[in-house]
Amino acid sequence: MSRTVTIALAGNPNSGKTTLFNALTGLNQHVGNWPGVTVEKKEGRLKPNLKPGEAAGDDVVIVDLPGVYSLSPHSPEEVVADRYLADERPDVIINIVDATNLERNLYLTGQLAELGLPMIIAVNMMDVARARGDKLETEKLALELGCTVAEMSAITGEGVQNAVSRAHSAAQDKNADGKKLPAPPRFGLDIEQSLTRICDAAGLNDLPKHKRRRAAVRLFERNAAATRELRLVPDKQAKIEEIIKNCETAMDDDSESLITASRYARIEEIVGKCWVPAGRGRLSVSDRIDRVVTNRWLALPIFALVIFFVYYVSITSLGALATDWANDGVFGEGWHLAGIGTSQYELAVENFNPESGGEKPEPADYGIWVPGIPVLLGDMLKALNCAEWLQGLVIDGITAGVGAVLGFVPQMLILFLFLAFMESCGYMARVAFIMDRLFRRFGLSGKSFIPLLVGTGCGVPGVMASRTIESERERRITVMTTTFIPCSAKLPILALIAGALFDGAWWVAPSAYFVGVASIVCSGVILKKTRLFAGDITPFVMELPAYHWPTAGALLRSMWERGWSFIKKAGTIILLATVFVWFTSHFGWSEDGFGMVEMTESILAVAGSSISWIFAPLGWGSWQATVAAITGLIAKENVVGTFGVLFGFAEVTEDGQEVWSALGAHFTALGAYSFLMFNMLCAPCFAAMGAIKREMNSVGWFWTAIGYQCGFAYVASLCFYQFGLVFSSGRLVPGTVIAAAALGLFLWLLFRPVKTAGGLASSAQSA
Amino acid sequence: MHTLKDVPCGATARVRGISGTGALRRRIMDMGIVKGVDIHVRKLAPLGDPLEVTVRGYELSLRKGDAALIEVE
Repeated sequence: MSRTVTIALAGNPNSGKTTLFNALTGLNQHVGNWPGVTVEKKEGRLKPNLKPGEAAGDDVVIVDLPGVYSLSPHSPEEVVADRYLADERPDVIINIVDATNLERNLYLTGQLAELGLPMIIAVNMMDVARARGDKLETEKLALELGCTVAEMSAITGEGVQNAVSRAHSAAQDKNADGKKLPAPPRFGLDIEQSLTRICDAAGLNDLPKHKRRRAAVRLFERNAAATRELRLVPDKQAKIEEIIKNCETAMDDDSESLITASRYARIEEIVGKCWVPAGRGRLSVSDRIDRVVTNRWLALPIFALVIFFVYYVSITSLGALATDWANDGVFGEGWHLAGIGTSQYELAVENFNPESGGEKPEPADYGIWVPGIPVLLGDMLKALNCAEWLQGLVIDGITAGVGAVLGFVPQMLILFLFLAFMESCGYMARVAFIMDRLFRRFGLSGKSFIPLLVGTGCGVPGVMASRTIESERERRITVMTTTFIPCSAKLPILALIAGALFDGAWWVAPSAYFVGVASIVCSGVILKKTRLFAGDITPFVMELPAYHWPTAGALLRSMWERGWSFIKKAGTIILLATVFVWFTSHFGWSEDGFGMVEMTESILAVAGSSISWIFAPLGWGSWQATVAAITGLIAKENVVGTFGVLFGFAEVTEDGQEVWSALGAHFTALGAYSFLMFNMLCAPCFAAMGAIKREMNSVGWFWTAIGYQCGFAYVASLCFYQFGLVFSSGRLVPGTVIAAAALGLFLWLLFRPVKTAGGLASSAQSA
Repeated sequence: MHTLKDVPCGATARVRGISGTGALRRRIMDMGIVKGVDIHVRKLAPLGDPLEVTVRGYELSLRKGDAALIEVE
């Protein structure tokens, strides 16, 4: 008969848990999210070749819990791990313990042992410890902890099979009392007596042994969730509080400190018995690297170099190549195989002069030409004699939509590879360490620097890069503000406005970056103070893990997981939105009834004219500008092309030189800059919105982000335009009053004092 | 009263207790900073905050504001 055996992997961050999970499951894994939080949930099936003989018929499921240092319910990861183990009750826990960092890793072990689940300890990185000359007496450790201890190295694969087969048999092992369980740590006499008294007072004595102890310990720590779960009446609560108070007075410390300190005291005792460290005369390799990399004077220059390299490769050179290939080649006209012949072809096109006669150069004459998907599909549909609207739908609607999803993937994968490397080698933690001081004032993490920087190239990988930020609050603020930075697709709009209205003035582009950075800084401060982000501040008490060289497999896997989650989670919304805007901009009512029409008569144009009054206070209430802003949601550079179409030009160059004069007449200088500001700051393109949805992983947060961006863009452009009017004309109009009120509100949000309940300021005072 | 914030780089101090409340305090203790443990202050970040300490044989970074909650002898 086949059974399902569930093995949960629990351990500290950086303990090698994910490496073990990958070694155990190979490709049979599923990545999702724990309900209600953005914490990743990984589940997989044990590789058949690792199955112990007696488990041949069993279905062995491996659950990778988030890496935590403790089960105290203060971070989403800790809550998820604790709830899963206590409520879902897997058949056995494999507790991964880092041999090079035994003391802190065994702290979690003690808490896991209280859950009353079969458990084995897998001591990881034994190879590293042995190389250092450290010795671990496994048998003694097993005796002290009351459970099996297996040595292994997840990276080399040594001992992995043994660990899993030990775990499998621990799940079945039984003795007289039922399942064989690890021994929960004992505390000092005073605490133990208090725990017994709590059991009596709370009426826990009917519970099974392990539940009783865990409940008593949690009540002693004043864990609010435990009080709730046990539905204690106020009377009992008061009695328990009295017991705790007595113990605290007797031992002159608070209960939480007493428990943590005795857990660590017990660990020190165990480690003293089982662990023989080699003499630590010289610095380890990791220490020596860190002496340079986080050196007071060298850290920033080294960081700048690393970032420059990452940016240069993933955005400027290789990344741009990949994006151009995907967008203009695969999802455009086509490309030369291996790029052979492209430069000769481009040269020929440049030299080609239609007036002097001769044939237009054919790309196929210069190398092996692979036509793009739209071209291939177009030829196919033409050959099938499809209706014009269907061809349009398939090529300009659906294929363009798919292209918008997949076009960013190659560049994203390159960036994710770098991020995976920086994360798993240990440098990312140093980035947070180096940059923390600068960013924390704005509610951001030191790691937010990377998404923001990547955002100057493209907001889509920028938003996705925020995944490396642990704190949910800092990650959300980063996701909401990353796209304020002008990305490369916004540059054509910049060039258009600068050229058409400001005579190509030098200051237009830098001012847009300035507006972007100022928006991030102000938004960070504003958002951090709102009720959305108030409350739990994740403390910045961060481990700086030892440097190590990651395996290629792990890097590729992490790169692919993120890329795939973008395609899957962001793809649908991007595709649907693109098809929708394509449809509304190509269909409408004409004399012949409903059908395909020019954009000037489309549904979008009609809709644009009916809502253009919204933008009148910003100085650009024309339907053309409104429609351009909407098509900009497909891709920001579309704004330029749309103006071209709307002003009657069939095709325009990237900076839209053809429409400059028409646009110059259409806008006032103030209105044009306000239009620019709005388009830089409002909701980004659909692809970036898809990325935001993926990273927020919640519909509510997604709309909050989009709403905030649009609202912020509106208010900023409104204030700019209305105050600009006052300064240029010297007259006050009703709009001025509204803008002044908006500015007032903005300044209040920015500078209002905050009540830091449970925050640092108040806790420092109370100390 | 001395706190970890006042301990100069390169010096080692013994923890007397942790002030503060809630999640931050618990987190500090969970990471192994409890009464009686020795903390070695290794360095300051380039911008002067946070600081890097060695405790129980591993590296930890803490903001100065949080280090002020850790009372030392």
